This record gives sequence, C-alpha cells and structure tokens, in this order.
Amino acid sequence: MSDNALPATQTPETAPFSRTPRLLRAVVPALPFLWLLIFFLTPFAIVFRMSLSQPATAQPPYTPVIDWAQGLAGLWAALGELNIDNFLLLADDYLYVASAFSSLRMAAVSTLLLLLIGFPMAYAMAKAPENRRPVLLVLVILPFWTSFLIRVYAWIGILKPEGLLNTVLISLGLIDQPLQIVNTDIAIFIGVVYCYLPFMVLPLYATLEKMDWTLIEAAQDLGCPPWRAFWRITVPLALPGIAAGALLCFIPIVGEYVIPELLGGPDSLMIGKTLSDEFFKNRDWPLASAVAVVLLIIVVGPVMVYRELETRRLEKAR
Amino acid sequence: MTEARTEARTEARKRDSLAIGAVRRDFAPWLDPHAKPLIRFDQVTKRFGDFVAVDNLTLHIYEREFFCLLGPSGCGKTTLMRMLAGFEEPTQGKIVLGDQVVSGIPPHRRPVNMMFQSYALFPHMNVEKNIAFGLVQDGLPKQEIADRVAEILRLVQLTPFARRKPDQLSGGQRQRVALARALVKRPKVLLLDEPLGALDKKLREETQFELMDLQVNLGMTFLVVTHDQEEAMTMADRIAVMDRGTIRQIAPPGQVYEQPASRYVAEFIGDVNIIEGRIAASDAGRLRIARTDGEGELAIEAPPGVATQTGQEIAVALRPEKLVLHREPPAGAQNLLSGEIWDIGYLGDWTIYLVKLASGQIVRVSRANASRFVEQPLTWDDKVHITFAPEAGVLLTQ
Repeated sequence: MSDNALPATQTPETAPFSRTPRLLRAVVPALPFLWLLIFFLTPFAIVFRMSLSQPATAQPPYTPVIDWAQGLAGLWAALGELNIDNFLLLADDYLYVASAFSSLRMAAVSTLLLLLIGFPMAYAMAKAPENRRPVLLVLVILPFWTSFLIRVYAWIGILKPEGLLNTVLISLGLIDQPLQIVNTDIAIFIGVVYCYLPFMVLPLYATLEKMDWTLIEAAQDLGCPPWRAFWRITVPLALPGIAAGALLCFIPIVGEYVIPELLGGPDSLMIGKTLSDEFFKNRDWPLASAVAVVLLIIVVGPVMVYRELETRRLEKAR
Repeated sequence: MTEARTEARTEARKRDSLAIGAVRRDFAPWLDPHAKPLIRFDQVTKRFGDFVAVDNLTLHIYEREFFCLLGPSGCGKTTLMRMLAGFEEPTQGKIVLGDQVVSGIPPHRRPVNMMFQSYALFPHMNVEKNIAFGLVQDGLPKQEIADRVAEILRLVQLTPFARRKPDQLSGGQRQRVALARALVKRPKVLLLDEPLGALDKKLREETQFELMDLQVNLGMTFLVVTHDQEEAMTMADRIAVMDRGTIRQIAPPGQVYEQPASRYVAEFIGDVNIIEGRIAASDAGRLRIARTDGEGELAIEAPPGVATQTGQEIAVALRPEKLVLHREPPAGAQNLLSGEIWDIGYLGDWTIYLVKLASGQIVRVSRANASRFVEQPLTWDDKVHITFAPEAGVLLTQ
C-alpha cells in the first residue's frame, strides 16, 4: 500500500515516473535524438563533406578519400584538400541558379493553388454536421491507401493525348485536337496539387474545426457583413493552420523529383531533377552533394522564419 | 393628450393596485394602453425540424424597459432572442422593431447588439480593437471612434486594460469588454444572453446592480435571457416566464412572485407549497377551500378578476416565508396545518423547517433568524402548527 502514499504535491503527470528506473527516464527522451543523429545528422555530414570534394574517375567517384591507414594524419591530409569550388560552380552556372528559382516558383505557385483549393475544402468540412465529418476526413486520407507512384502514373493515363480527359473533351465536342498536357508544367501542377492536397487540408481543418463560430456571429452582430467577417475574423484565426499547411506543402515540393520526372517535360527545370541528373547521369557526386546542401538551406530558411514568428506570437500572448 | 395618458395610466394602476417589489417610480408603459411598444413579436413560431422552439408567441417590449426572458433550458428563450438579432428567421409570424418589420434583414443591418453568453471576444484583437470593431464597420471617422471607445472604457472602468488581449483578462473584465463592445454602438435594444452566467456569485451580485444602473443612466432598452430567477428578479422591470416555447406569465418581478398565474410559474419562481382542494363556499370575497387530504378547510381571499365557482378543483400556493410556526395551536386561527418537524436547514439568515403533515405532505416554512438566541428552539420531531393569513394564500386555477 506504500505505493499509493505519494506526496500530495506530486502531480498525476509526474507521479508514474517516480517509479520508473532512472536509466529508462534518461533513455526515452534520448531515443529520438539518437535516431536523428544516426539517420539524419551523420548522412548529412557525409553529404556535406562530399560537397567539398572533387569528382574523380574512381571508386568512390571523388577525391580526397581519407586514408585511414595513416590514422589521424590521413584525416588531416584529406581535410586540407577540401574546398568550396562546387558551391562557386553552382553560383556561377546559370542552370543551377535557374533550377533553384524554378523550383521555388513552382513550389510557391503550387502552395498558393493548394491553399485556394484546400481552404474551401477544409472550411466545408469544418462546417459540415458533426456526424459527417469523420467520413469526409477519411475521404481526404483515402488516396494514401494507394501507392504514390501508381497515383502519379494514373495521371499520365488521364492526361496523355489519347487519355481519358482528351477523349471526354473530344467526344463532348469541346475540342477537336487533343490537348498536350503531359510533359508540360501544367501536368506538374496538376500532379503536385493532387498529391499534396491532404497535407494542406488536414492542418487547415484541424484549425478551422476548433474555430468558435459565435465569433463570426458577434462580428455580424456588430455590423460586419459575412464576407468581411471572413477576412477580419476567420482568416486571421486560421493563420496558424495556413502557415502549417503551406510549410508542409512548400518544403517537399521544392525538392520534388518524382512528379516532375514522370509528368513534366524535358525542359521542366526542378532542383530535385537537376540533383538526380548530376548524381546518376553525370556521376558528379560532389556537385550533386553541393546541390543537396543548397536545397536544404533553401528549405530550412522558411522553417526558421516560421519558428521565429511562432515564438514571437506565443511570447506576445504571454 | 398627455393628461389623458397620465389619467389612463393612473386608472390602470388603480385597477392593478398591487405594486409589489422594487418598482421603478412612474415607469410602467405596459399599463398605458396608448404606449407604443418598441419590440413586437407577433404570433411568432419557430420550428427546427419537428421541434417547436417558439410556439405562436406574442410579446411586446417597451422603450427603456429592462425585460427578462426567464425559463429552463430548451424553453425557447434564446431562440426568441436570436430571432430578434437576426441569427434565426421565424417560421411564422413577424417581428417588428420600432416601425420596421425586421424579418429578412441580415444581422449586420439590424439596430440591435448582443452580448454573447461566451462573450465571443475576438482573441486576436486587444480590448480597444474589440470595442472599436463595430464602429469601424459603420465607417465612423477615426477621431470619433477613438473618443467613443475611450468614453466607454471609462464607463466600464477598463481604461488601464485597453491594450490587453482577451486571454490576459479575468472573467469579470472580459464580461465588461463584451458589454462595452455591444454598448458602444448605442443600439436601440441591447440583447444579453445569460450575461452573468460565467461569473462567480459575489461578482454576479455586484454586476447585477451595475447593469441596472447602466441601463437607467443610458436610457436603453435591455432584453436579457436567463435561467437564473434571482438574476431576473433583481434586474428586470418585467419578467416573461417561458415554458416549452410559450409565455406562461408576463409581469413585474413582485407580481410574478406574489401572484403567479399558474402552478408552473409558482413552482418555477422561488419555493412554494401547493395545497390541493375544492372550493366549498364563497362569501364576501373570502373562499373556503376543502382540502383534498380531508384535514379540514382553508380560508383564502378571492383574487380579483378570477372567475371561481363552488365545487371547482383548485390549488393554493403558499410561500414558505408567509407561514408562521407555533408550538400550540393558536385560538381562532382560520388556517391551520398541523404536523411534526421532519427536517431543519439552518442558513444563518434564515432557517428552513420541513414540516410533515398527517397526510404525508411536506410543507416548507422559512423563518428569519431575527434574534441571536431562541429560548426553546424547535427541533426534530416536535409537534408544530402552521398558520397563515387569508391573503397569504394564492388561488391557482391552472
């Protein structure tokens, strides 16, 4: 019975921990850090080191290679040969700069499209009768039950010149020549918006679902027409959801490779595709690594900005 | 013209000579047959699917009145208020505000403002911006908005908190922001949905009096929805007691308490003992009632204007504080109920005695503890006799 005689000051949250071994208490929070260390930070260190190397026709295809036989001296010798030539090349070569900008533009436009489509969807879901919401939620998640690749391939079937869309449009008499959609940027936009829609809708829905709709009634009661109440009340209060959805979509779209590869044309410039070409076609691992590092920096930037804004918002609320 | 109106009012007052409770001097527009109501609900019905929330209801509310809709949850009082604000449209009937039929006018164009039960303060705006919101919507000049916000902040004593966000305020402060936000637009009618529901008891009492002062000083018409009878009794000029979409009685608080129109109203407002019986005889305004439990007769005063006939089944409502307890049956008592003390509740200012009659009925008697010491205090199982004056009993025919 002595187990039950916990001091009154202990809160229910901390109480169970007092009986768990100290070691376990230290290990549990350490596990995710360990995971990130092994599977993210270490590979990134390798990639970063590779981005400072030079390509070589050898195995592995870059120099310098650390000669571990010489011990620390070998490590120092290798480190001395590292330089930032690859990054200078990236900044110099129009192709890389253009593909980076093209990716950012592609991601920005897609995110905007996703917001324009996703917001009304999430809004309608949040406004739907409570007993119908779980069904709508499942419908949003349903595409995940099929392989991502298969879904992108299915879009080829729909969009290609003799595909479903063109057949229907021609048989309706709306067009007489099939539209060339596959292998254009439009196909990429369609694929990206389709694939990322759940990532936009879900955070928006989570925010809007918690929304206190009497605030809208209060705004109307104070003389605010419904559309203005939407801009003055609903949108500002949904901002955290908008930011979360936009980031969840924007970041992976910047580095998106599969969709532009399958649906885009030869001149669709995306940094993910450039990276892959550099790595597999040109076998220039160091340059590909440099592209990967730049991509990471591009993507981490907006996350840092968001975190900063969020902290400032929370501090203000205090 | 004015003289005629005053005369009519005096006449009406005489006819309805019972002025009970806290009555505002010379304020009773509902007694004036020439007075024009500010708000008229005309045979209004509201259905939600099969559920009838408001059932063919007619109600007139006058300018500068503090009017309370009182009833249990689900009685339709909130629906009635929301129809006036424009959030619901009546299924049938019409609502008139001033000279304007308001049905079909969207909420943002109606000259009424509402204080929401949850206050509904905009969490992303500070106190000042919350209050200014309605004025900004009206497109008033910046300087006027600033002046009016500053003025109302002073009125509700929130000037030092102007820059705070709602989540940095206490419950009482939030309530005052909500009030200020609705008041600053100077609406024809201020609607208050359970305005004090979220406050603790002490603050609620203080705020009741503040609201009353505010309403009189601003000369505004207040329509309050509440389920708290104490709140309604304290603040209202008139109370409408509602039950399942209909109004059971509209009267000033004192009248609702002392002259309930029906058993429902008598039981809803305050504590009451109901003695059932039959009219045995009637003479010179006095009724003799034969008790259904066969324990004798009661004598009560016949209420004016209520048609009664001998043999009619009726109920007598007796408020606990109007009953007197005796150890020995007093000689010559017209109304005598005998029993023994079943239970005692000591509240400090009052003591509640539950007396069990021979029939098994429990009668509630309350006694003010006017002196600090009692020589022979009553205790459990003591034989007691209850008497009351003939005018203390209220005859209920419904």
